[in-house]
Amino acid sequence: MRWGVVTFPGSNDDHDTQYVLEHVLGEDAVSLWHKDRDLQGVECVVLPGGFSYGDYLRCGAMARFSPIMESVIAFARAGGLVWGICNGFQVLCEAGLLPGALIRNRGLRFVCGQVHLRLETTDTPFTGRCARGEVLTLPIKHGEGCYVADPVTLERLEENRQVVLRYVDASGRATAGANPNGSLNNIAGVVNEQRNVFGLMPHPEHASEKVLGGEDGLKLFRSVIAAHREGGDRRTAAVAPGH
Amino acid sequence: MASPQATIPMTEAEGLEHGLTAEEFRHICAALGRAPNFVELGVFSVMWSEHCSYKSSRVWLKTLPTQGPRVLQGPGENAGVIDIGDGLAVAFKIESHNHPSFVEPYQGAATGVGGILRDVFTMGARPVANLNSLRFGSFDHPRTRYLVNGVVAGVGGYGNCIGVPTVGGEVYFDAGYNENILVNAFTLGIVRSDRIFRACAAGVGNPVMYVGSKTGRDGIHGASLLASAEFSGEAEAKRPTVQVGDPFTEKLLLEACLELMEKDAIVAIQDMGAAGLTSSSVEMAGRGGMGIEIDLDRVPRREPGMTPYELLLSESQERMVLVARAGAEDVVRDVFAKWDLDAVVIGQVTDDGLLRVVCDREVVARIPITALTDEAPAYRRPAAPPADFEARQELPLGDVPLPSDCNAALLTLLDAPNLASKAWVYGQYDFLVRGNTVVQPGSDAAVIRVKGTHKGIALSVDCNSRYCLLDPYVGAMIAVVEGARNVVCAGATPLGVTDCLNFGNPEKPAVMWQFAEAVRGIRDACVALDVPVVSGNVSFYNETEGKPIPPTPTIAMVGLLDHIEHHTTQWFKADGDVIVLLGRTREELGASEYLAVVHGQVRGAPPWIDLKVERRVQRLCLSAIAEGLVRSAHDVGEGGLAVALAECCIGAPGPGLGAVIELEGPIRADALLFGESQSRILLSLRRRHLGRLRDLAGAADVPLTVLGEVRGHRLVITPFIDLELDRVRQAWTNALPRRLAG
Repeated sequence: MRWGVVTFPGSNDDHDTQYVLEHVLGEDAVSLWHKDRDLQGVECVVLPGGFSYGDYLRCGAMARFSPIMESVIAFARAGGLVWGICNGFQVLCEAGLLPGALIRNRGLRFVCGQVHLRLETTDTPFTGRCARGEVLTLPIKHGEGCYVADPVTLERLEENRQVVLRYVDASGRATAGANPNGSLNNIAGVVNEQRNVFGLMPHPEHASEKVLGGEDGLKLFRSVIAAHREGGDRRTAAVAPGH
Repeated sequence: MASPQATIPMTEAEGLEHGLTAEEFRHICAALGRAPNFVELGVFSVMWSEHCSYKSSRVWLKTLPTQGPRVLQGPGENAGVIDIGDGLAVAFKIESHNHPSFVEPYQGAATGVGGILRDVFTMGARPVANLNSLRFGSFDHPRTRYLVNGVVAGVGGYGNCIGVPTVGGEVYFDAGYNENILVNAFTLGIVRSDRIFRACAAGVGNPVMYVGSKTGRDGIHGASLLASAEFSGEAEAKRPTVQVGDPFTEKLLLEACLELMEKDAIVAIQDMGAAGLTSSSVEMAGRGGMGIEIDLDRVPRREPGMTPYELLLSESQERMVLVARAGAEDVVRDVFAKWDLDAVVIGQVTDDGLLRVVCDREVVARIPITALTDEAPAYRRPAAPPADFEARQELPLGDVPLPSDCNAALLTLLDAPNLASKAWVYGQYDFLVRGNTVVQPGSDAAVIRVKGTHKGIALSVDCNSRYCLLDPYVGAMIAVVEGARNVVCAGATPLGVTDCLNFGNPEKPAVMWQFAEAVRGIRDACVALDVPVVSGNVSFYNETEGKPIPPTPTIAMVGLLDHIEHHTTQWFKADGDVIVLLGRTREELGASEYLAVVHGQVRGAPPWIDLKVERRVQRLCLSAIAEGLVRSAHDVGEGGLAVALAECCIGAPGPGLGAVIELEGPIRADALLFGESQSRILLSLRRRHLGRLRDLAGAADVPLTVLGEVRGHRLVITPFIDLELDRVRQAWTNALPRRLAG
């Protein structure tokens, strides 16, 4: 399938995501420049990690106004697959494509390291190849990854099974000690109601090769490829430029 | 209208105010055939500062080995470059940012990282790994916690944002740094070996272009004042001389420069670091034997009303100067416009050998380039060992009581800040971005893979300044061999060194002697191990109120793995593996962490070192790893064998693996457990490989001792130590968070 990885000024993991898509998975992946509006017919848009526009304002607050995001928002509203990783998750929340917000880590420091995550739902195009309750090991690296939402939103997220990943300990329990950033309900990743827009703080692209210490991230990428093949989400980026 | 800055001749008194000596001022007048004006005096003062001219160190640095069959670029450029085959090379350098970091820890450390990154991508290399060596005062000192927090946040703030992983480093605490911390930042980049860019101006009439951030009033005299003089307790007042970093702009500059380097537009390129526009343009012209003309009216600026003096000396960050091919100006402008950065022509290359600076159509400075570069002063300053040198090396072992409880002594050592886990520090750094990190921080050396090849690069940064304080020659040798041993333990062949030489005031004979001895030690060790020094940095005047820091020649070692699958980590891998020690344990405790932490003494001679033995041990370890015999390899360093064994048990993520060891020997128990004898490596391997390893060790004439095996969840060293791994881990992992909490 055809993937697009957006490069905002300050994106850092765009190269790494594209590398995994092309060199590990053999997918067709194009780079999408923030000043363009053309999504080049891609079937899944990835908003990568990094510090878009320096993130001197709230993380992602500038990026949502970039020309490419106009097209990404339209693409998502039309049912296209959009996947935000770390800074990309922050951008999706700022853009209103996902509920909630990501604020400064409870510990007030940047945290980098491996975390355990419990997979809460396989009913998304991003997790169809995983098992419910499965514990994945992925790295995090962020300073603003504390997921918050108002109580009503939070309740709805849980009811609709929109919480995709939760921080847990090695045995799969969502304890306070396993929560690296203070996220409410230990939330690490959520999907929108239509289940075509997914955001998560951990980095699947940094857990996609054995030589780098793990391959759990591939389960998410392969889920998208499988969902696409099965024709569940075949909408492509058929949104007119400038829309 | 002639500006007073350009017309009034300066006097010797004003030269002294600029940090020059009376003799240096006379020398300037002779070079110009007249007295300098204010702008010219400013230019001379920064170019002849210790920081830019290396006037006290040049004669010594010339003695270092800098050549080798793989060396593509030695010292003298923005970074050293070494060929790694497959059409690729590594560019790397280490640099200090000590005084700024003490004055303003976050920005000082951040701009240190920013500066070294620019040095590397200026060469055309994509930065792929950062390291840093940080040295703070003791935790008793009221500023230490503030400085640790600020520096670590600054290193992370810059590196994380620009997207270059910080994959390793070292952190030391010693009261000798209470009033003068050290922040040494290292970057390594990958470059195509046929696409290395240099800072050597050429081609009369070629345009000189300014790219990157606009120029402001920050950091004026940062280099010449902050880095070239002692502190005198007024650190706060110097905060305005510290630059402010903007990693986002540097990210744009990095991407724009690398994109431009794919096109045929650049003749020479140099970053604007210390002494900003002045040193970058002068050094480019000097290397090319050319002149350069600069029109300050065209320099992009952040605020109006800046004087020529300020524009020339500003150390605003995230700026570069390049010489473009005539006619390629639009290529440069287009690439930088894509990344929303300024790129303007500010002058041209000339053939008259002069630096000519114009402002408001008036020449405000006119100086022969060679007067600023080749003719800068070089001193062979008087050197003599400190009066107490020999007395401090004495250590009658009879005066050192044996510990009554070795379990307690080991826990005390693991809780000591210098030996404790540094996860609190590196957990704040993104060590994964760029997707190459094969061995993460926490092992002897970090390892990154080289995409598109089967190769890997191992990286380590080392210096034990207590050894250097007690014997700078031996201490510097050990810094080199330990760095090499660390990359060897990761499975890599040492390729080259970059050094960051941090010392006190070179005008003091004792400091100058420490420096000369350290350079001699680096030279001897590099020659013996066959590793060239390809880049480096000298930082003098690390003193406050007349008290110099311990001599600290930090060594960053870069090694090459031909096959990334040979990478090896220090922690034990499986129950039942045999644990062996390569090398010999001697009865020595001088300068050890044990002596300092448990007995409160800093004395004695550093460990004995024989470079021939060291080389044999390292070669044996490498060939055993290459044959696939080795499951873990760990350098035995500070804290000795007991601490090294503990690290093998608990260093890895997860519950860890215990060890059952029997130690015996004709030497004191504490020397056996905690002595820091050199040239020792701990290996673990499958039992069936032991015979082959013995054969190799026998042939290599390296002593091999079977110590025991990997087993259970306790660290048992019969007859001295028996501890639950959980207790061992708690002491080791909680030491820094406990001291830094709040």
